[in-house]
Amino acid sequence: MKLTLHVWRQKDAQTQGKMVDYTLDNVSEDMSFLEMMDVLNQQIIEGGDEPIAFDHDCREGICGMCSMVINGQPHGPQQGTTTCQLHMRSFKDGDSIYIEPFRAKGFPVVRDLMVDRSAFDRIIQSGGFVSVGTGAAPDGNAIPIRKEEADEAFNAATCIGCGACVASCKNASAMLFVSAKIAQLDRLPQGKVESKERVRSMVAQMDEEGFGNCTNTGACSAECPKGISLENIARMNRLYLQSSVSPT
Amino acid sequence: MAKLSSLSRKYIMAFSGLFLILFLTQHMTINLLSVVDSLRLNVFGAEESNLFNQAAYFMGNNPVVQFALQPVLIAGFMIHMVMAFVLQAKNAAARPDGYQYGNKARAYNWASMNMLITGGVVIGFLGLHFYDFWIPEITAKYVTGKAHIGDGPATEAILADVNRFYPELVHRMKYPWRVAIYCGSFVLLGLHLNHGFQSSFQTTGVSQGKYVEGIKKASTAFAVIVPLMFIVVALVHFFIS
Amino acid sequence: MSILQSNIPGGPLSDKWTQHKNSIRLVNPANKRNIDIIVIGSGLAGASASASLAELGYNVKCFFFQDSPRRAHSIAAQGGINAAKNYQNDGDSTYRLFYDTIKGGDYRSREANVYRLAEVSANIIDQCVAQGVPFAREYGGTLANRSFGGVQVSRTFYARGQTGQQLLLGAYSALSRQVAVGKVKMYNRHELLDIVKIDGKARGVVVRNNATGEISSHGGHAVLLCNGGYGNVFYLSTNAMGSNATASWRAHKRGAFFANPSFTQIHPTCIPVSGDYQSKLTLMSESLRNDGRIWVPLHKEDAEAVREGRLRPTDIPEDRRDYYLERRYPAFGNLVPRDVASRAAKERCDAGFGVNKTGQAVFLDFASAIERYGEEQANLKGISPSDREAVMQMGREVVSAKYGNLFQMYEQITADNPYETPMKIFPAVHYTMGGLWVDYNLMTTVPGLFALGEANFSDHGANRLGASALMQGLADGYFVIPYTIGEYLADDIRTGAISTDHDAFKAAEMEAKGHLSSLLSIQGKTTVDTFHRKLGKFIWDYCGMARNEKGLNYAISEVQALRDEFYNDVRVPGKLDELNPELEKASRVSDFLELGELMCNDALNRKESCGGHFREEYQTEEGEALRDDKDYAFVSAWEYSGDPKAPNHHKEELTFDNVELKTRSYK
Repeated sequence: MKLTLHVWRQKDAQTQGKMVDYTLDNVSEDMSFLEMMDVLNQQIIEGGDEPIAFDHDCREGICGMCSMVINGQPHGPQQGTTTCQLHMRSFKDGDSIYIEPFRAKGFPVVRDLMVDRSAFDRIIQSGGFVSVGTGAAPDGNAIPIRKEEADEAFNAATCIGCGACVASCKNASAMLFVSAKIAQLDRLPQGKVESKERVRSMVAQMDEEGFGNCTNTGACSAECPKGISLENIARMNRLYLQSSVSPT
Repeated sequence: MAKLSSLSRKYIMAFSGLFLILFLTQHMTINLLSVVDSLRLNVFGAEESNLFNQAAYFMGNNPVVQFALQPVLIAGFMIHMVMAFVLQAKNAAARPDGYQYGNKARAYNWASMNMLITGGVVIGFLGLHFYDFWIPEITAKYVTGKAHIGDGPATEAILADVNRFYPELVHRMKYPWRVAIYCGSFVLLGLHLNHGFQSSFQTTGVSQGKYVEGIKKASTAFAVIVPLMFIVVALVHFFIS
Repeated sequence: MSILQSNIPGGPLSDKWTQHKNSIRLVNPANKRNIDIIVIGSGLAGASASASLAELGYNVKCFFFQDSPRRAHSIAAQGGINAAKNYQNDGDSTYRLFYDTIKGGDYRSREANVYRLAEVSANIIDQCVAQGVPFAREYGGTLANRSFGGVQVSRTFYARGQTGQQLLLGAYSALSRQVAVGKVKMYNRHELLDIVKIDGKARGVVVRNNATGEISSHGGHAVLLCNGGYGNVFYLSTNAMGSNATASWRAHKRGAFFANPSFTQIHPTCIPVSGDYQSKLTLMSESLRNDGRIWVPLHKEDAEAVREGRLRPTDIPEDRRDYYLERRYPAFGNLVPRDVASRAAKERCDAGFGVNKTGQAVFLDFASAIERYGEEQANLKGISPSDREAVMQMGREVVSAKYGNLFQMYEQITADNPYETPMKIFPAVHYTMGGLWVDYNLMTTVPGLFALGEANFSDHGANRLGASALMQGLADGYFVIPYTIGEYLADDIRTGAISTDHDAFKAAEMEAKGHLSSLLSIQGKTTVDTFHRKLGKFIWDYCGMARNEKGLNYAISEVQALRDEFYNDVRVPGKLDELNPELEKASRVSDFLELGELMCNDALNRKESCGGHFREEYQTEEGEALRDDKDYAFVSAWEYSGDPKAPNHHKEELTFDNVELKTRSYK
């Protein structure tokens, strides 16, 4: 099939970017979206220009490195799928596709479609862990954990940290990402010990990074490639409230 | 004062919103009394029905309501409104460059995206509503000492009349344009409430597990019933009283 | 005597590690604060080592090429992690885990290292649980286990199909905690260009910030390579796109010996290549072989008709199908080990029975499983088995409950519905058992340079067992290196900070810049990916699932020619001092082009078949691998001679005092 691609090109965070149009022919429907981008880049390089920079690594939907907003949707039109797992059969001959970077103050553009998501790392560093040193652990079965709680903690922990929640939120809020980590650790006895301190410091860091507020719209969860639940946000809200009323 | 966290701002929105919801329920209840009065007077042929007048008189003259609850209500409303603008400004700053194609993310419901619009309409409506009832009432009670009904002259006697509220209400509701504005505003209020009600439970962390679905249903029910009742009040007085 | 000192402690096997820990030299806490350690990579090995060393008090700098440490490719591991906990009371023990791993590796790994791995495996689970890793649990609240690939006990801990992700996020959280207190400094989007040696010791690295193009030097008292495996030599593999061998290879060029480079693991159940644009291969969990039956058409004309789309696989009757694994290995059937299953698929496809357009695929069929489960359900529910549609529907439901997410993933990629038509699968490169040679302390032949996780060679011999890679990465990082590094660093407490003003840093920086500039200056006509694809094809065809002398010699000459062509005709756009993904790729491919040749040389040198290394000249009459324990029970360690065409070969003889060497049989 033949496609018209409108791609955001931007040299760096300081330079103004713009949409640039490309035409790509002979796109196979079995290609993944990123393979289509590879082919486009080969064409651009052979034409003497610089290829489009985009982040990608595992290409099996788990590392969270790929990003891109495709026709206004983070990771494109297919629900529960990362860009690398999106295949061209989701499009048809003659389609126009708009490809843009994740846009948020907290995710400055590095180049073209690449953005800097280190804000997420800093949020985890502010408290997204259990303070246990190597070697200090009791036996794995020392504390039984209800299967349901372990399963729910796992569901929250499947977050791949890609940032689609921020990209899809009308307010560029990072609440879903932050709450998933807080809820995961709060559901486990090992993590619960530090829950109140954790929620305070992680929220403070989240605010520091310039993400927006939560309007409880739910776009984050609907666009999340792993379907992280909004209930995590409610849990974080409750924890923060409790920790504000009774800090210890 | 320490800077408020994003979550604290949302709590303020949620709690002030819940407070306004309580007020709205109370307001609706008293208004419905006027419908009862109207039906008794005009349909069932009662000689006299002063349920609404009595309630309105109580609200207007009880010192606790007037000097404790009323200022709290005004403050709650102002906080809710000012915080809405603060949040909007912060949210806009969180994405300085928008999407060229537009944001087409799923799960956007119109109400949640446009709380500022629906809220703005409610503010505009309140302007009219204040002009109709609250300002004349406050002026009469605390400035001139004289009240009037309809287009009649203002006198001290009317102000002293316990039963002056119902006729004034009926008078205001005889204009089609006003009834239309009232009804339209209530529809948008419904949209505002539909998102706001459930949202406040999400923001305060109540909305979890088995409660989620119930809260959503309650929210929709509230957002339909309350504005509908207000519309009923306006229409009853327009058509029947 | 060999120059390879493995430094294996004396004493009985089960006491070696304990005694070693008791006698190892320590660095006191005050001195640790004055010691800097450089870690390359942030996967399971890198993150766990960085966190653990920082907790001890060392100053750690961690470099990795992704934008966040959480994205290292450890995250993609699906199945699970082994540990000899014996929670199931099924007779598991440290010894049994050790024995299974040694045997699974076809007796080409070190006894002492493998035993230590089995010994610390239980601690890993405890550590991860304490970090908040949400392992699967039983209703009673205890940890759940499942069994894995050909092992007779249930010792695999798991978190649904995302165990690697959960373990990595656990290590990442421990790492983040140390970043917060300032004990670890993170360098994201940084790639190693060279190891700097001063007085024969590794004293630092030269790295490039891929986001800005800036090249800088960093000094340290020790350098830990945790950069993973080199499966991307093959271009198409289950590795991530960025996975590369540059750190290992540059270390090799600075004197670190490379051990058993030809030992690569080919995973039998991956989604086949669909076209020339293909960038990577996706693994379908090994667990599918529990219920799927593997077959190809019995007659070539049917295979041809299937390839051309004239015949649907479901229309081929039973008597015209060849369930070749069940035919060749009646005892194990579809559950033979990975290497055996992979070779058998290749054999059928080479013989012309492949079933997709490229002729490089076999069927993995769930029809009989659906039928069997459906009939079971019909019996349970008292429905007449003659209602075929109802039976099949119930069968599909059972299969969906077991493999639903995998079927969905398969359909997403191929647009085929595996409930209706058999899956097409083909083997793909998955893991590299070979790697930098290390001694018992995980130190390479360069003093002060260590290798952990998949980057070293030590624990898996010629074939890795399922659920052992995660175990090794975390064992090395959490529980081995924090002890063994003391032995080396105890001499360094008076050294003081390593200054990057030393000439060795300047020279290495110049050399690194020179190499990159030369790649940019070629300005030929062919893109980096084109070269990489060609290299991958040679290595896959001649140094993949089956190797022979003629093919390996051919591949060596072709790779040499390709390397020359690369330096004459590669086109790398952009500049050195800016973000330049093509330059990153070119730099990595320049190393693959040399490593690929070494792999072929290693495969040529090893005149036996063992594990993943199958030399066609050395097989039994039935086509099974023929090991030669008399002449080849050694580790090949290759030394860089200055010319990639002429590496020096060294041997570390393997001695087996605790296990008896046996022939693996699955008939």
